[in-house]
Amino acid sequence: MPDTTHRSATISVLVDNESGVLARVIGLFSGRGYNIDSLTVAPVESEGGRSRINIVTSGTEMVIEQIKAQLDRLVPVHRVADLTREGPHIAREMALIKVVGVGEKRVEALRIADAFRARVMDATQESFVFEITGATEKLDAFIDLMRHLGLAEVSRTGIVAMARGVRTI
Amino acid sequence: MPADEAQSGAEVLLRALKDQGVEVIFGYPGGAVLPIYDALFKQNAIRHILVRQEGGAVHAAEGYARSTGKVGVVLVTSGPGATNAVTGLVDALMDSIPVVCLTGQVPTHLIGNDAFQEADTTGITRPATKHNYLVKRAEDLARVVHEAFYVARSGRPGPVVIDLPKDIVIGKAPYAEPAAAHPSYRPQTEPDHGQIAKAIALLKHAKRPMVYAGGGVINAGPAASAALTQFVRMTGFPVTNTLMGLGAYPASDPQFLGMLGMHGTYEANLAMHGCDVLLNIGARFDDRVTGRLNAFSPGSKKIHADIDPSSINKNVPVDVAIVGDAGRTLDALIAAWKADTTTQDTQALAAWWRHIDAWREKDSLKFTQDMTPGAIIKPQYAIQRLYELTRAVDKEIFITTEVGQHQMWAAQHFHFERPNRWMTSGGLGTMGYGLPAAMGVQVAHPDALVIDIAGEASVLMNIQEMGTLAQYRLPVKVFILNNQYMGMVRQWQELLHGGRYSESYSAALPDFVKLADSFHAVGLRAERVEQVDDVIREMLATDCAVIADIVVDPKENCFPMIPSGAAHNEMILGAEHDHEAAGITDEGLVLV
Ligand SMILES: Cc1cc2nc3c(=O)[nH]c(=O)nc-3n(C[C@H](O)[C@H](O)[C@H](O)COP(=O)(O)OP(=O)(O)OC[C@H]3O[C@@H](n4cnc5c(N)ncnc54)[C@H](O)[C@@H]3O)c2cc1C
Ligand SMILES: Cc1ncc(C[n+]2csc(CCOP(=O)(O)OP(=O)(O)O)c2C)c(N)n1
Ligand SMILES: [Mg+2]
Repeated sequence: MPDTTHRSATISVLVDNESGVLARVIGLFSGRGYNIDSLTVAPVESEGGRSRINIVTSGTEMVIEQIKAQLDRLVPVHRVADLTREGPHIAREMALIKVVGVGEKRVEALRIADAFRARVMDATQESFVFEITGATEKLDAFIDLMRHLGLAEVSRTGIVAMARGVRTI
Repeated sequence: MPADEAQSGAEVLLRALKDQGVEVIFGYPGGAVLPIYDALFKQNAIRHILVRQEGGAVHAAEGYARSTGKVGVVLVTSGPGATNAVTGLVDALMDSIPVVCLTGQVPTHLIGNDAFQEADTTGITRPATKHNYLVKRAEDLARVVHEAFYVARSGRPGPVVIDLPKDIVIGKAPYAEPAAAHPSYRPQTEPDHGQIAKAIALLKHAKRPMVYAGGGVINAGPAASAALTQFVRMTGFPVTNTLMGLGAYPASDPQFLGMLGMHGTYEANLAMHGCDVLLNIGARFDDRVTGRLNAFSPGSKKIHADIDPSSINKNVPVDVAIVGDAGRTLDALIAAWKADTTTQDTQALAAWWRHIDAWREKDSLKFTQDMTPGAIIKPQYAIQRLYELTRAVDKEIFITTEVGQHQMWAAQHFHFERPNRWMTSGGLGTMGYGLPAAMGVQVAHPDALVIDIAGEASVLMNIQEMGTLAQYRLPVKVFILNNQYMGMVRQWQELLHGGRYSESYSAALPDFVKLADSFHAVGLRAERVEQVDDVIREMLATDCAVIADIVVDPKENCFPMIPSGAAHNEMILGAEHDHEAAGITDEGLVLV
């Protein structure tokens, strides 16, 4: 019997920074019915160099192996790393969170933000924009707490990730 | 200014094609590619074959590629030219055929403006190709062309599109020689020796081994087929080929069990079901082959050798994965088999062969042809006679097919001793493939006998290519098994939809004899069994294109058949056999 348990995988992909490369990766996921839980992309080398795409996906072991193999055979892909499998890694995300409110709730929001080491990036008489960085679960928890304190808008980057130690992609 | 830089983009393009060894282009002109056509006009090194629709150009390039092992080349204009090519590109993608398709594009400054005949060709063809390029800078042109050929033919071959804006081909461009190595695309061709050793350990201890070889062996070149033959003979193992793999192992060899899968032989499928060690070389566990996955070859240890790691563990989990070229892998297996001193369990193997021979005795491809004069022609009989009568022909023989029952009967009753002689649309199943593909084969092999085994419905999908046959005097033979139905559809409707023949009758057919005549070809017809040989003989004796309209039994079904969602040991045999219909489940009904 094939293994049907699902797992989450954080995959980093080093690609040539050429036009259409992101469409190729996204098209691969949509065309083959794979999940994208989070995706980030940005150039990581100067001038016509390479970009790094970080994808969080989930599926059975067989599907995740398939995703890696499919990514790896794209022509502009240099390297595919399954950070979840290849050893300990760090995965961080940033969010901007707008909270609108006055009085007690406003004070409480600020207090919690402080506890989460979120920074106030913008403030008015009745609003805050917090910047928070950390693991996805930490961001989730913070956003959850803000819900009854006037949460108005969320903007998240999706995760960026890297292996711990000397290992590189 | 160096002479090189005085060249136009179109000239640079042709020079790069020439340096890639291109001799023939299949194409169709239009506004965006006029500068390329102008450059073609001024040279003699590359021949251009003018097709009648761009879809035909891609299938022709596929036929050319599959029959030669070279990359097939297509040239079409922007917009509708490119969109017409899409079906052929997906066909080549599914069947791993190396094709480079040059598409015209509006000038770079107009891209995105909905200019005349603009289409987002790279967007449309991204999932239809192995890779595609839009050339935005003249200095990239030569490099991109060389890279496209490298990508098309390396690793798992496939189609590559190069979208060429008109200003790039008109303007001056520098030439560049092919690069030594590609920065990121470097498929693994050499197998891992640890994996080879694991495979040999399983194979040496096999009691009921089975070799399942596919299109990847053909992709790996004729030497890989020779190595497959050597390996199978030295081991004494039974071997089957997929539809795409036919010809990889000589059909006349006693160790060959015929094709496997949905319309494969009883012995091939039961051997797949019952084996204890399965060696897959260059096949992709397609659903036409595996049947119901959870019942597929349930008791076997599985070894899968494939050049594309994404083919491995995609549908069927395997025990030993070997990434590499099929030819290199077979060479490594042969060497390791010889070096390993473990003795085979020859008694077990002999017992296994006794099982297989008993299955063989079923003669699952058997059909009954009434030989009384005036009797209706069975389609299988027509192919059998075509096979037998062409054996006496002193020419290389290439067969292409359309898609449907006739395709399956051709696979079952025409036999191939060598690779690259059989071209069929397997993965996409594109009706209309066979005639243009035959055209491409004939262009590559002018002296060969090239036959498109066709259905009357499929052949109409690209019938306009008869004009191309006439223009270039390509003596392709179109052998139509005319059952007046989309027979494959009719068969499924009979077996799965209560005999409600919804829209599957081929109404208002043309008179194929007159149709041949109007396209400057010879039309022949056989309606009764005694006419079959005469028509085939006349067809073979005619030195121009022929349409042979073979009027066959409209009700004949293609058996054996593993219904969708069924297992290998649940196959249905034809009327000649005790009819034990396998139950078609509701899950099976949703499958195609
Ligand atoms: C109406 C209809 C009915 C069909 N019925 C059947 C049927 O009964 N039986 C059947 O078999 N098929 C049937 N097919 C065809 C089927 O759909 C598939 O196309 C076919 O089974 C795939 O063949 P394959 O596994 O050999 O793979 P291919 O599509 O030929 O793929 C080749 C594999 O080899 C790999 N490869 C490529 N190059 C190399 C290399 N150099 N070295 C190593 N590996 C390489 C590729 O990565 C790929 O995994 C039918 C099609 C139609 C239209
Ligand atoms: C372009 C395309 N459209 C539809 C189909 C579905 N289809 C598969 S076989 C078939 C019937 C083919 O009829 P014919 O060419 O007469 O062959 P026969 O089965 O009768 O031998 C159809 C419609 C297809 N494979 N390709
Ligand atoms: Mg028909």
